Amino acid sequence: MSRAEAAPGPARVAAGSPKPLWTLGLLRGELVTTFRRWRTLALLGVLAAVPVLVGVAVRIETGDGSSSAGGGGGGPAFITQITNNGLFLVFTALAATLPFFLPMAVGVVAGDAIAGEANAGTLRYLLVAPAGRTRLLLTKYATTMAFCLVATLVVAVFALAVGALLFPLGDLTTISGTRISFAEGLGRALLIALVVAASLIGLAALGLFVSTLTNSGIAAMATTVGLLITVQILDQIPQLHAIQPYLFSHYWMSFADLMREPVYWDDLVRNLELQTLYAAVFGSAAWARFTAKDITA
Amino acid sequence: MDEVSATQPERAARGAEDCVIHTRALTKRYRGGQLAVDGLDLTVPAGSVFGFLGPNGSGKTTTIRMLMGLIEPTSGTARVLGHPMPRSSRAVLPHVGALIEGPALYGFLTGRDNLLRYDAADPTADPRTRGARVAAALDRVGLTAAAGKKARAYSLGMKQRLGLAAALLQPRRLLVLDEPTNGLDPQGMREIRSLVRELASDGTTVFLSSHLLDEIEQVCTHAAVMARGRLVTQGSVAELAAGARGRLVVTTPDAAEAARVLKEQAVADVVVTDDRVTGEPPERDLAEVNAALVRAGVRVRGFGVERASLEDAFVALTGEGFDVAG
Repeated sequence: MSRAEAAPGPARVAAGSPKPLWTLGLLRGELVTTFRRWRTLALLGVLAAVPVLVGVAVRIETGDGSSSAGGGGGGPAFITQITNNGLFLVFTALAATLPFFLPMAVGVVAGDAIAGEANAGTLRYLLVAPAGRTRLLLTKYATTMAFCLVATLVVAVFALAVGALLFPLGDLTTISGTRISFAEGLGRALLIALVVAASLIGLAALGLFVSTLTNSGIAAMATTVGLLITVQILDQIPQLHAIQPYLFSHYWMSFADLMREPVYWDDLVRNLELQTLYAAVFGSAAWARFTAKDITA
Repeated sequence: MDEVSATQPERAARGAEDCVIHTRALTKRYRGGQLAVDGLDLTVPAGSVFGFLGPNGSGKTTTIRMLMGLIEPTSGTARVLGHPMPRSSRAVLPHVGALIEGPALYGFLTGRDNLLRYDAADPTADPRTRGARVAAALDRVGLTAAAGKKARAYSLGMKQRLGLAAALLQPRRLLVLDEPTNGLDPQGMREIRSLVRELASDGTTVFLSSHLLDEIEQVCTHAAVMARGRLVTQGSVAELAAGARGRLVVTTPDAAEAARVLKEQAVADVVVTDDRVTGEPPERDLAEVNAALVRAGVRVRGFGVERASLEDAFVALTGEGFDVAG
């Protein structure tokens, strides 16, 4: 009880004067809460398993000493180069996870962001704290983007570790055929990881918008992942080429252009523009919806 | 438009300056067309312990959610601590602790981490004192020993206590407690009641919704009763209970004879159960009634008026008792 009496003094002074960095406390709490969940860790575990599986599979396949060059054509991009240079496992793993595993994980986290809190009833307590609706939404979006980055880095780092363990490292050959040093290759790998993470921004905004529409976390996650699958299918149908440039996943694979010499920027820039557009449209929609919503859960 | 119209309620609020909650014609119609709250004029005086009563589905929770800025009213105004809601949520809510429709916790976090998260959500909460305030709140609801356990392992009563602790993280001017003793054992209920009294004596206004009428009667100074989205009555508990008249109770071995005499003495609605005879007291002096009993040779063991309980008043007002309103 003595501590209870000690507390009111400074607390009363602070009340009524929001500090300039007022979002950081909530953001830190949100990050801790997100990355402490078993579900988040399980998603990251699945993502970490992908490069391990690919690396081990390639190692077993080429273990008899035969060159993998003859197997070209199948599998994700860069897979044939892994045996020459472990660094290529990073590019392969990102190319393997970007179409589905990575966005699915992001869809789960984004879809659950608001709807999951509503489902658990914790949303009402955050709002009467008062977290502020705009502030909470921004925090949720920032956390989802942080998850995009962490998830991508988990894939990249595990791929690099497995690649270094199972295969030789060294100078590498770009798609254009020029040689670059290993250090520059590492730099490109990091850049590619950042571009891949940025590719998920649009989907994160879409998932957050879906999340404001329902009080069921599961429904929001399923809808977001369902939209992802639908868009991926639409992107494969040649007759729909007119709308394909506007699908958020259309330029995802452009990250490979960073491995050209010189770098071919057109599709990379288009991808980032498209992601920004999605973030603006669905971010605004989520804001409009969430700030006007009756919280009945 | 907004500026001009704002002055009118401003003046009204200044007239009722010591009102912590003040609503005028507050109405909520849900999208389905259902009228949940209908023209509510509620006034909660500062420093009171205010009991908010009503059958299930009478609009209590919708009202509380409108007061907390969670739901936008269809029409009418709500002012909390003198500011309009939900517009002034950011200024008002740091001074309000709330427990709404039961506690909600992150099961995968410990009790302490749950409180840290809720405290971090309040931009006015000082992060430097956060640890001390969380420890103090846990201590206040008796959860210090279980603070390190994951909240999903908590019993309903412990969750309820943790929810209360979240409402007590800062010194508050208003506490809104929706069914605070739900799921608590009798000992816990007593603790909550004494906590409410303690907070009220510190000057905190407590807005308490409960189904337990004797609980309201024990701790509340004022009460309001809702039924079918409308306010049936509000006032001090003493006034409300006085509205329902008490009953004359005579304890005697000669019950039949006593009943006859009482009817002669203009006592209405005489009911005999074993050695107890009860009835509605007449307007005349009760001493005369007693004298008449004695004159008739009735051996009287006990004679008196039982004060009406709040429950009697409540049933008289809402009629259907605790049936869910359609």
